[in-house]
Amino acid sequence: MERTWCKHLPAAELLIKGGRVVDPGSGVDAVQDVLVKKGKIAEIGKGLKAGKNTRVVDAGGMLVLPGFVDLHAHFRTPGREDEEDIATASAAAAAGGYVAAFGMANTDPVVDTAPILRGLAQQATADAVVPVGFFAAVTKGLGGDELTEMGELGAAGAVGFSDDGRPLPTAAITRRALQYVKVSGRFVAIHAQDDSLFKGGQMHEGPASARLGLTGIPSLCESLDVSRSLDIAAYEDAALHVCHVSSAASLEAIARAKEAGVRVTAEVTPHHLVMNDAVVATLDPNVKMNPPLRAESDREALVEALRSGVVDCVATDHAPHASEEKDVPYEEAPFGVIGLETAFSVLYAGLVEAGELELATLVTRMSAAPARIAGLEAPAIAAGATADLCVVDPAAVWTVTPETLQSRSWNSPWLGKDLTAKVRLTVAAGRVAWDDLA
Amino acid sequence: MPKRDLISIEDLSRADVELLLDTAESFLPVLERDIKKVPTLRGRTIINLFWEASTRTSSSFDLAAKRLSADTLALKASGSAVEKGETLKDTAITLSAYSPDIIVMRHPSAGACQTLSANTEASVINAGDGKHQHPTQCLLDLFSMRQNLGRDLDGLRVFIIGDILHSRVARSDIMGFKMLGMDVTLVAPPTLMPRGIEEMGVTVEYDLANLKDADVIYLLRIQRERIKAGAAYLPSLREYSRLWGISQARLRPGQRVMHPGPINRGVEIASDIADDDENLIAHQVFSGLAVRMAILYRTIVGYSDGSASGEVL
Repeated sequence: MERTWCKHLPAAELLIKGGRVVDPGSGVDAVQDVLVKKGKIAEIGKGLKAGKNTRVVDAGGMLVLPGFVDLHAHFRTPGREDEEDIATASAAAAAGGYVAAFGMANTDPVVDTAPILRGLAQQATADAVVPVGFFAAVTKGLGGDELTEMGELGAAGAVGFSDDGRPLPTAAITRRALQYVKVSGRFVAIHAQDDSLFKGGQMHEGPASARLGLTGIPSLCESLDVSRSLDIAAYEDAALHVCHVSSAASLEAIARAKEAGVRVTAEVTPHHLVMNDAVVATLDPNVKMNPPLRAESDREALVEALRSGVVDCVATDHAPHASEEKDVPYEEAPFGVIGLETAFSVLYAGLVEAGELELATLVTRMSAAPARIAGLEAPAIAAGATADLCVVDPAAVWTVTPETLQSRSWNSPWLGKDLTAKVRLTVAAGRVAWDDLA
Repeated sequence: MPKRDLISIEDLSRADVELLLDTAESFLPVLERDIKKVPTLRGRTIINLFWEASTRTSSSFDLAAKRLSADTLALKASGSAVEKGETLKDTAITLSAYSPDIIVMRHPSAGACQTLSANTEASVINAGDGKHQHPTQCLLDLFSMRQNLGRDLDGLRVFIIGDILHSRVARSDIMGFKMLGMDVTLVAPPTLMPRGIEEMGVTVEYDLANLKDADVIYLLRIQRERIKAGAAYLPSLREYSRLWGISQARLRPGQRVMHPGPINRGVEIASDIADDDENLIAHQVFSGLAVRMAILYRTIVGYSDGSASGEVL
């Protein structure tokens, strides 16, 4: 069944020569040529020859990786097309090496009925340069009390159900959602947050918030809801996905649940993996997000959990905001940062080059693992597979600016900064979706 | 010379702080003259933006600028374009068209000074931003201490008592007091003590058992909002006063009481202290003028010493 949609582009005919192919799924880590014919990987090997009409890409010194899958983005469509739309979001995804991305349901109107979802699918078929799909809301209007028609929404192609942006407010509605989601064969993704502990929060609660005088968001605020939801998922034997885990306490609860056989998966964002709450001292509105950047000990625990598999995948929580919304004092700014175009760059430099994580593990957590959760075939660099791959120049330096970004918004923590590891080419669903080689 | 902002007390080195205090001292004779005005900043433009209520800070900044012969312009949120929804960025751009030298701002949100500074060529002086910082209050507190307790503040023991959680004064004072070598103890109800504050190098206590160790007792205002339903920081002001309020009966001779004002008689401070000449509260207000003159002056002429302080008078 279709869960992603994109516009029709000509099938790729490519010979990617001399790159380091790293595909943990197929057990490959070697310098190889990759021949793509009619959008499919025809052959992998050394000294491959290009046929007529085949473009040859010199990938010497570059990485050739299975394309990434983002389980958590905000396309801002419908409702805030001034911030992002499906064309710009999918272009941003392509520029970040993503071959599929999923939008959350907290749009205006909310994606809570099948006709709205079908409308988005139609829009994606017209505009998306990489396959994109959509979450549907758990509750009508994200109101937290009435379930959406999960049966029909699942049949219309919703990848999962989430009220992301808001927590499920009570144990009772969390339980009903986890019971009823079974009619769709999908999962419930939670934005874990105890609202009574969140009130007025501006950043992680700890020594940094004490020093800055910003109202703290305790890690308890997240871990209490994570623990409660895990208990309910265990009780109902239902599939639960925990969005943007940020605290060590939540990780402990997830690890325990996984050990006990609970059907739980979890994601972590790039920003939580490479930054901690110390950067909030800049009072830059572009380091303000929810959940907030936490303590260095939390960050270290997140990296270890990503390594061990307690956290299954990386997800960007790409959250575009218009410049007039972010160009205000820190305390007045909305939460959220964009992330599709910087994810691999910052994780490659911040984790792989820093020696905190193996490249193969990072690739798995950005590609095969989220694909599996979404019910997609895992991107693979193997003969016969659809070409879903990206080529990354690890040494290239690029500056994050509104002009270098494909996203319509530029609320990035790395705005104005130089990053390494540039995605040069993305082939998604057998089509060239991003080409920065020229 | 690149512009110099004063947003946090951490924007200053110890040498800067000492220079500011010395400069403030050099202004004292001016304030005692019949004609309390010097031409030092004639032709300079200073804008005061007070987006939040203020008596002491706004009046002393205004007067300080006038004593130095600067042209001043005062704006408040009510009656300005803020009420029409103008953003701070646009206010900054608008006012910058007048080429001010300094913009002094009080704002309810932390981070407002950064937003302002990013959109103006003027130096920004923080007159209080949210619960974040109030560096000029810290400097005037230091000045009052130095004038009354001796120039060497090293080793002085200060107890800051009250609503630490919501206090920008406390945060600036902790940094400034520590910078000059003081020993700082915080006392607050557990609900009003920020988690992790001890990492600023202070001792954290929840009662007044060790109050006798203090040389200076610095009281913070307790706001009535803290007892509202939904906030639930305190059960009652009565209980606060019993457990943490300071009256003569709790003091030993020689201890000096400070308060940034406005005071709440009968809550954090008893009338017998408020009305006692030994407290430094009125002196703090007096210091505010000299210290803010020094800050405006240094912001414009620079922090390196040299002949600058001589040319003031």
